[in-house]
Amino acid sequence: MRKLMKLVVPMVLIVSLLLAGCSNDSNTNTNEESNADGNNDLKFGMVTDLGSVNDKSFNQSAWEGLQQLQEDKGYEVRYLEPKSDGEVVPNLLEFVNAGYDLTWGTAATLQDAITEIASSHLDTKLGIVDAVVDMPNVASVTFKEEEGSFLVGVIAGLTTESNKVGFVGGMEIPVIKRFESGFKAGVEAVNPDAEIIINYTGDFSRVDMGKSAASTIYDAGADIIFHASGLTGNGIFNEAQERFESGDRVWVIGVDMDQSLTFGDDVTLTSMIKKVDEAVYQVSEQLEQGEFPGGEETSLGLKEDGVDIAPTSDKNVSPEVLDVVEEYRQKIIDGEIEVPTN
Amino acid sequence: MKIRKIFQYDSLLVPIIAIALGLIIGALFMLLGGYNPTVAYVSMIEKVIGSSYDVGELLRTIAPLILSGLAVAIAFKVGLFNIGVDGQIIMGSLGALIVGTQLSLPSIIHGIVAVLFGALLGGLWGAIAGYLKGSKGINEVITTIMLNYIALYSSHMMIRAFMPQEGTQRSELIKESASIKINFLSDMMGGARIHWGFLIVILVLVFYHYYLNKTKWGYEIRVTGLNIQATKYAGINSSKIMVRTMFISGLFGGLIGTFNVLGVFNYMAISASTSGIGFDGIAVALLGGNTAIGILLAGILFGILTYGAQGMSFGAGVPNEIGDVVISAIIFFVSAPGIIKHLLYRFRNKQKRTENTDETTKSKKGA
Repeated sequence: MRKLMKLVVPMVLIVSLLLAGCSNDSNTNTNEESNADGNNDLKFGMVTDLGSVNDKSFNQSAWEGLQQLQEDKGYEVRYLEPKSDGEVVPNLLEFVNAGYDLTWGTAATLQDAITEIASSHLDTKLGIVDAVVDMPNVASVTFKEEEGSFLVGVIAGLTTESNKVGFVGGMEIPVIKRFESGFKAGVEAVNPDAEIIINYTGDFSRVDMGKSAASTIYDAGADIIFHASGLTGNGIFNEAQERFESGDRVWVIGVDMDQSLTFGDDVTLTSMIKKVDEAVYQVSEQLEQGEFPGGEETSLGLKEDGVDIAPTSDKNVSPEVLDVVEEYRQKIIDGEIEVPTN
Repeated sequence: MKIRKIFQYDSLLVPIIAIALGLIIGALFMLLGGYNPTVAYVSMIEKVIGSSYDVGELLRTIAPLILSGLAVAIAFKVGLFNIGVDGQIIMGSLGALIVGTQLSLPSIIHGIVAVLFGALLGGLWGAIAGYLKGSKGINEVITTIMLNYIALYSSHMMIRAFMPQEGTQRSELIKESASIKINFLSDMMGGARIHWGFLIVILVLVFYHYYLNKTKWGYEIRVTGLNIQATKYAGINSSKIMVRTMFISGLFGGLIGTFNVLGVFNYMAISASTSGIGFDGIAVALLGGNTAIGILLAGILFGILTYGAQGMSFGAGVPNEIGDVVISAIIFFVSAPGIIKHLLYRFRNKQKRTENTDETTKSKKGA
């Protein structure tokens, strides 16, 4: 027993010293600090899907929207990342019980959990991205991915030299189907002869599967791949970069954010960006003004500036092609073209 | 007698020191990241015991960890490394889902039938690997990993073909009568998802201890695990024992799956990957030293670390990954007991420098 104590006591001492040493300097919480500067004390929470806020995709985008809100108005913002399906509800409730004014679920996979909490906590306000929850206290934000995908389809159809383009999707779910059908429609509109190779990897987080899917499609003769596959898409960029370095002229069209910022301009033709940050920011702002769109579906397309091609597209896309894109953009906004969703 | 004493002393001391070291390393990482470890650990504890809802949800987190630990441990005991608990969980979920959605039974037996069928499917899934190992000598590590994928993708196929919910990535909901949720307890605990599975976990723990240590079958398992040649020489049919043990291991795994479907989610998701609870189970079994009581405690600890991690995240802004760092560090020190034993040995040696060398050689052996 004495031996045990001799071992444990110093350990406890070390720990308590460490703890004491740090508790002074790192105690300040940035969120609370900025909150004190602001004159308003609204609190916004957000729960990601099983990904992370650094996913270079929609979770990150949503979090950037909230951070912008904090910067502009000094509100308190915070996020939680559930590690398993079982943690989604407790994470959401964490915000709800802490009296947050609005809690976001940033992916379609949170739909059931949001519905459940919305019906048991009628006095709390929730928001969901990419899905629709028909409850008076939930604001639903969806995007017309097909419209943005149509535009990158136009770019692909006009840029391809082999007359073959590819599409890689994560999972065959309605939201990804919208990307696919919009892309197909865009390519067909400007280049009816082009062949489109479709591949679903069945997974949003398998870089290796993205790489092999890309390899298959490029080997089949395609020179442009549009992906809507989250992290899996990193493998596509990787494959394209390797081919580019060995002299093959291949392109990738990125998704959700401007992926040329991550993967460089060698192979990134353009990106279909989804402004989740903008949407989250806007709805949160509406709450501030007492106009929370509860029970409504806010659907953001080209007209509402919710989807677009990346602002850096002019680096690799020729001006003539961009002119055509602008024509089609106008047609879609005017309702002349109805882009199919599946 | 002396050896035995030292062994027990160490087998208790090593996990405790490992846990302490794990927490310290977690604290160091928090300091590196500019977070306050005191606040973090306090908010972790607050999260875990903060409200009746949290206690209920903690139990929900712990139950699968314990079962998964037992599933891995019983396979360990027969000398097999069951990496396939994840797959067995999926088969259990699938079985429960099939009974829960396709059959119409009175609510008293619907849940029971669903649990039993799910557990049975999980058991059979485990038995496949046991059979392949026992009769054909195929390495169970490989077969169980492969069976995980087969289970995952066939569950996708089954859900899509027979029980889909349009427009979502999950199955339809199970019938109300199949639910094993304890509604009055759940209401009492602020809606926490409490289900009858907790009772089953306790029973399984008792069963595990009794079966392994007090029965002939358990003896056969332990003998096979200790020395398979001797087992064969003694005329025990080791391949039969492997199949049986893997069946039981699979039963435990299958139960986890049934609880998820019937008690927690009421549906089964078409998820891109397996749950990973099977891998947590390896850590739980390791930390618990493959004993019933050890696994119970290890399951509780890992449950606290996992569920409390959200508290750290919310209360102190510490990323979830720090919780993983703590768990990983603990596993590291437990699975490399030599490090701690070496420390202990040096420590003891200093005190006993004058004493005989007999004991030091023994602890050296241990290290």
